[in-house]
Amino acid sequence: MSSEKKKPRIAVFKFASCDGCQLSLLDAEDELLAVVGAVEIAYFPEASRTMLKGPYDVGLVEGSIITHTDAERIQQIRRQCKTLITIGACATAGGIQALRNWKDVDEFIRVVYATPQYVSTLKLSTPIAEHVPVDFELRGCPINKLQLVELISATLAGRKPNIPTYSVCMECKRKANVCIAVAHGIACLGPVTQAGCGALCPSYDRGCYGCYGPMETPNTGSLTEQFRILGQSNDQIQRAFRGFNAWAWQFRQASEECQRK
Amino acid sequence: MTGRTKTIHVDTLARVEGEGSLYIKLEGERVADVKLKIYEPPRMFEAFMRGRHFSEAADITARICGICPIAYQMSAIHAIERALGIRIDPAVRLLRRLFYCGEWIESHTLHVYMLHAPDFLGYADVIAMARDHREVVEKALRLKKIGNRIVQLLGGREIHPISAAVGGFHRVPTKQQVRELVPDLEWALQASLDSVQWTSTLEFPNFEQDYEFVALKHPGEYPFNEGRLVSSGGLDIDAAEYEDHFQELHVKHSNALHSVIRGRGSYLVGPMARFNLNFDKLPAVAQEAAAKAGLRAPVKNPFRSIVVRAVELVFACAEALRVIKEYAPPPAPRVDAPHRAGSGQAITEAPRGILYHRYSLDDNGLILSAKIIPPTSQNQRRIEDDLREYAAQVAAWPLDEATWKCEQAIRNYDPCISCATHFLKLHVDRI
Repeated sequence: MSSEKKKPRIAVFKFASCDGCQLSLLDAEDELLAVVGAVEIAYFPEASRTMLKGPYDVGLVEGSIITHTDAERIQQIRRQCKTLITIGACATAGGIQALRNWKDVDEFIRVVYATPQYVSTLKLSTPIAEHVPVDFELRGCPINKLQLVELISATLAGRKPNIPTYSVCMECKRKANVCIAVAHGIACLGPVTQAGCGALCPSYDRGCYGCYGPMETPNTGSLTEQFRILGQSNDQIQRAFRGFNAWAWQFRQASEECQRK
Repeated sequence: MTGRTKTIHVDTLARVEGEGSLYIKLEGERVADVKLKIYEPPRMFEAFMRGRHFSEAADITARICGICPIAYQMSAIHAIERALGIRIDPAVRLLRRLFYCGEWIESHTLHVYMLHAPDFLGYADVIAMARDHREVVEKALRLKKIGNRIVQLLGGREIHPISAAVGGFHRVPTKQQVRELVPDLEWALQASLDSVQWTSTLEFPNFEQDYEFVALKHPGEYPFNEGRLVSSGGLDIDAAEYEDHFQELHVKHSNALHSVIRGRGSYLVGPMARFNLNFDKLPAVAQEAAAKAGLRAPVKNPFRSIVVRAVELVFACAEALRVIKEYAPPPAPRVDAPHRAGSGQAITEAPRGILYHRYSLDDNGLILSAKIIPPTSQNQRRIEDDLREYAAQVAAWPLDEATWKCEQAIRNYDPCISCATHFLKLHVDRI
């Protein structure tokens, strides 16, 4: 049938990552069969042996760039994808492996590997957008699978996806959570972190640890002061900003401020 | 060119978690070389764990693997609790078993139906399989979702859950909340029994190997978080002795370290090892399902691991139901974790096999050193050993069929390459 032929071709690519964000697609148990019915999965090695050549209509990219080969591979992928979407903290901010960016990578390799000369890696872990233009960045460690389904639907329909950029605080208010920072003095990154998780940690009586990265206008300086009032040391504040989105520039700046003090 | 040398070459191994390739060189029927290459880039968790607080270890190490984050959380937490001398509440212990049941159900269902079954039925993927077997796939999706529902309840979300903590959980569910899982789990138990029956009807190549099976063994239960580490070769040790008996080797073709038993070589971890070493600890319902499917311990055909996984699904559902019946919330979600210098090791049973963690802590609670040995790096050498034998069996086949069968032989292990790198790509060279 001719309508079959017009299905948009989707490809899923992986760089340095845990596989969790692409797994979110398989974890969308209720939506999976409908999604794969609406598109042609042309390249998705985690799920299929069929690996069709580009060009693709939509490329979903998971993971950060930490090898020379991958820095070249992302260039080729960009050329093959009409729309390129990065998914998850590794692809949008460099991921937890960006903690190497403040350290001596050669020393890191010596800690993990017996024969360092076998290992080839870059000094920095960097997000995809530092290498090629990206059409949309879907945040989260891991991403929210419903946001992923919304993003794919919006992209196919040619409309703007409904993905908020306000803070986790908004989600807490909506859930009528008592503020754990105000009421219990728990250090919480919620005020500077983008929504998306549904204010999960505060709902489980712990402080937000920043899975979705900086919200659109984060006041990290003010939050740092607040953390100090709560009795957090410079080291503790620095570790809070150096999590899964450590290399996102607003968090990076905040953690480097702590280092200077 | 001799015309008799062939290579089997798979650049990107599909339906595995992470990136690897396979290279096999055949000279006639003889297998000249096998390399399971893991080119997944190294992320070096053990290095950047240093200087972090012990309370962060569960959140950070979960990010090694999106498929089995709970395994990482459990090994990290138990190792740290040992270092700090913490005793957890019995209700927390029960909840951790329930948490692991959720991960096993989710991960095993994913592998049995979405990653492994398509090989047996000749489909490229589960999507193609769903066209002909829609009911089977829909049932699998529901089963997987039930596993995820357990994880969501206890951990907040399926991937990288947020509630597990040193000493217990950040928040524990009420009796009512866990009871609400019962109807789903009763359905899941039946679906798991059907899975054992369904997988047992698949066709298995005639391929048995002499393995040294390694798994946890606990006096009273099928293992998750506790027990001694035992093997079919007579090993019987505490987690603290692991590094005395096992060794990690760095080979040029892989970013994942190969593990061997000192002085003996490769070994097998995962569902087959657990089943063979702990059959007597399975509940009657799982034992009977295994017997009906013609599965007798010791299972030595790795292709039959798909049936063993289904038996473990039965176990996980039955165990979850048992735990739910017994559960009453602990007096506090967690016990206090003191700051105290020390070191601790723990081994827990990830869906793919044993996962070892060791931490040394200073008196401010900061991590001085960390060591993590995931199941796939432990199986890696064993996978190559299997391929060396198996490739000879399929050497005369047309290249594309031989290649597919070799890929299937790798998927027998449900390899998780993202985990092992600290870890995989397939090339078969036929000369």
